[in-house]
Amino acid sequence: MSDLLAARSQMAMSLAFHIVFAVVGMAMPLLMLVAEGLWLKRGDPVYRILAERWSKGTAIMFAVGAVSGTVLSFELGLLWPQFMEYAGPIIGMPFSLEGLAFFLEAIFLGVYLYGWDRVPRSAHFLCGVAVLASGTMSGILVVCANAWMNHPVGFQLVDGRPTDIDPLQAMLNPGSFAQGLHMTIAAFQSVGFAVAGIHAFMLLKDRQNRFHRLALNIALLVGGVAALVQPFSGDISARLVARTQPVKLAAMESHFKTEAGAPLLIGGIPDVEHETVHFGIEIPYGLSLLAFHDPHAVVRGLADFPRDEWPPVPIVHFAFQIMVGIGTGMALLALYCFWRLFVGKEQPLGLLILASPLGLIALEAGWVVTEVGRQPWIIYGFMRTSEAVTPVPNLIVPFTTFSLLYLGLAFTTLSLLGAHVVRSPKAREVQ
Amino acid sequence: MIDEVTLLATALMVSLILYALTAGADFGGGVWDMLSGGARKSEQRHLIARALAPIWEANHVWLVLVVVLLFVAFPSAFATLMIWLHIPLTIMLVGIVLRGTAFTFRHYDPLGETDPRMQRWSLQFAAASVMTPIMLGVCVGAVASGRVPGTTFTDSWWHGFPVALGFFTLALFAFLAACYLPLETDDPALQDDFRKRALGAAVVTALLGWLCRGLAPHLPIPLGIEILVAVIGVLAVGSLWTRRYWLARSMAALQVVTILWGWGLSQFPYILPPTLTFHGAAAPQSVLRVMLTALGVGGVLLVPSFLYLYRVFKRQ
Ligand code: HDD
Ligand code: HEM
Ligand code: HEM
Repeated sequence: MSDLLAARSQMAMSLAFHIVFAVVGMAMPLLMLVAEGLWLKRGDPVYRILAERWSKGTAIMFAVGAVSGTVLSFELGLLWPQFMEYAGPIIGMPFSLEGLAFFLEAIFLGVYLYGWDRVPRSAHFLCGVAVLASGTMSGILVVCANAWMNHPVGFQLVDGRPTDIDPLQAMLNPGSFAQGLHMTIAAFQSVGFAVAGIHAFMLLKDRQNRFHRLALNIALLVGGVAALVQPFSGDISARLVARTQPVKLAAMESHFKTEAGAPLLIGGIPDVEHETVHFGIEIPYGLSLLAFHDPHAVVRGLADFPRDEWPPVPIVHFAFQIMVGIGTGMALLALYCFWRLFVGKEQPLGLLILASPLGLIALEAGWVVTEVGRQPWIIYGFMRTSEAVTPVPNLIVPFTTFSLLYLGLAFTTLSLLGAHVVRSPKAREVQ
Repeated sequence: MIDEVTLLATALMVSLILYALTAGADFGGGVWDMLSGGARKSEQRHLIARALAPIWEANHVWLVLVVVLLFVAFPSAFATLMIWLHIPLTIMLVGIVLRGTAFTFRHYDPLGETDPRMQRWSLQFAAASVMTPIMLGVCVGAVASGRVPGTTFTDSWWHGFPVALGFFTLALFAFLAACYLPLETDDPALQDDFRKRALGAAVVTALLGWLCRGLAPHLPIPLGIEILVAVIGVLAVGSLWTRRYWLARSMAALQVVTILWGWGLSQFPYILPPTLTFHGAAAPQSVLRVMLTALGVGGVLLVPSFLYLYRVFKRQ
């Protein structure tokens, strides 16, 4: 494995790991708040147990998120020093604000966790709101930094060095809105369904359990609403990519030849050698319609670009298919569940259990689309990933080490969550 | 004189000091956890765990702030550091991950103390608590002695002074933690356990400090700072001896502040002595201004929130 590949793999692995904890930090506070709000309104203690249980899970995830995030902030420099030297001053703003948001989140989560009987109820609820706001802000801010890598603006290049830097413009680059929105919704969707699946599993074993039934409903409400709006947000992202990153779009769709009225490709195995796709289903005019909202629009194909600017087409293509497939499936599932709820029927527990990892899978796949689709660039159009990598040799060593560490950490976290959050409360706790 | 660059250099040092004062004490706690023993072994461990628990995750934020300040305000220095100190920094990160895992597990898991799995977590916690401060000290020592950038990826830090400074940092953090801990309990016997440990750590820290000074006689540390460090050390030991725990805690913290501040003063205006200055490494002015504003806004939001947290928990 070359050092560049090791560095890329380590970065990808660390980010893929961190993102899971990041979305929990963004979305769980909302679930907690809904439960707490119902407790305040109805006075039913089961809601308070639920909020406490969820907040305990959030605290465990928060701790792991902080550790893996600390590692990431070093890795940016340890693996990509040239990139950070170039980009640090430009995208430092969202990173600094993220640190601030994280700190606020930690403080208010502390009050929330340990303050149930110490602060007035309304103050406690407001602390929860602060946790939600700062957690979500954290996520959006880092995504702004990432969006800048896709849409580098806010500086002038003079003699190969960035000058005239405008950090605010860089932070609010053309991709920030689309990516920030899509990411935030993805967080609520993936966490909502993951939690719903866990409680559905417990319900399957113990149908009469009120605790799990109420938990399931809250999680499903949050995840389901997100799943219904996500395709619209995905459409905004796709149209932006079509305008600003045509190679990425072409790779996502394995679209080799430039044409007007381009068809939408579903599935299929791209054959990069011969610039064709095997076994795909084509929907006429679909791609032009989706990417530009015009059936006759011209969509540029990969053949328009030099080969050394192509991202790894099959990876981007498969990842995109996975994300969109899951996105469509989950939106349909959400509709079905809401209908069952409306007519007062039991939720499809088996389906919900099967669906619980799907949101997280789509989330990871979406990031693969964004990041691998940007290759060979680390800053789109300005700096290649190969120019940014550290000169330090033997990068396979830290890559292997961190992979093993994260495997251990994942295992620990899962077993802890199993012990603390998933188990049913004792009968007397719920009365 | 006081321009944006100086202000940001100050912010960098303040944030490093805050990391040493908070996370440093956590690491030190890990050392005492490992060295717990005698009649009150398990009480000692419980005390340490209780003192660490509520805030430990947040402490790394100061280290992250150091990183962010470096890459935003002094990007070329950041890149140089990350390349030439790649190995010690990576080991430090491994320590942070291992420690976080072990602590979370021990904190949340209802296993008994005698459970073999618990012992394994304890071992991991201890090893990580030792490894991380040493590497932090090695990095500081490498910068202070002007070895960054080096000629190879090891000679930039693998040398007498940085390594000795690593062990000094460990001892200093252990001393700091031992001075914090007596105030976290009302049990006089337990207080005394940590008082004795603090006195022991003071001796080790002083010896290692003396060794470090001997290994790097050319470091331009102002005489005033050296005298101050010695006086504060004596005061700290004196207050421990006479069981004035608040004074001991304040002196230990002041000691850490003085040492780091003294290091900063002695090498200013250089960020990476002997050649790269803060001004030479600084990002464009527009960036520095925005960064300072962000820090100001951050302070305005954080201070009241933090006071609120503090008030809620002191009212118990
Ligand atoms: C629950 C997760 C999830 C689901 C169901 C979807 N997405 Fe997504 N998608 C993400 C989670 C995600 C993501 C992980 O959050 C990404 C990566 C970067 C980003 O901004 O969002 C992403 C990126 C991303 C991009 C690339 C943006 C860029 O590179 O700038 C496009 C074009 C889409 N998505 C389009 C869609 C469409 C058309 C969907 C149809 C249903 C869809 N996504 C569902
Ligand atoms: C899309 C990707 C990312 C998202 C959505 C995200 C979001 C978050 C969130 C919500 C938290 C709060 C922790 C929690 O609640 O569990 C967090 C923590 C953290 N993240 Fe990320 N993050 C992402 C990528 C990154 C990257 C690339 C870095 C590296 C620079 C990073 C650095 C950190 C740090 C340092 C923390 C811990 C807070 C601290 O100690 O300051 N994150 N992240
Ligand atoms: C958390 C969600 C994210 C995931 C799962 C993710 C995934 C990936 C993957 C798969 C790669 C390797 C691409 C390749 O080399 O083929 C990568 C590279 C990288 N990502 Fe991300 N990414 C995420 C978010 C971010 C964010 C928020 C940032 C920065 C602010 C970021 C910065 C980078 C950098 C600097 C690289 C290395 C250079 C490159 O390969 O282009 N990523 N990421």
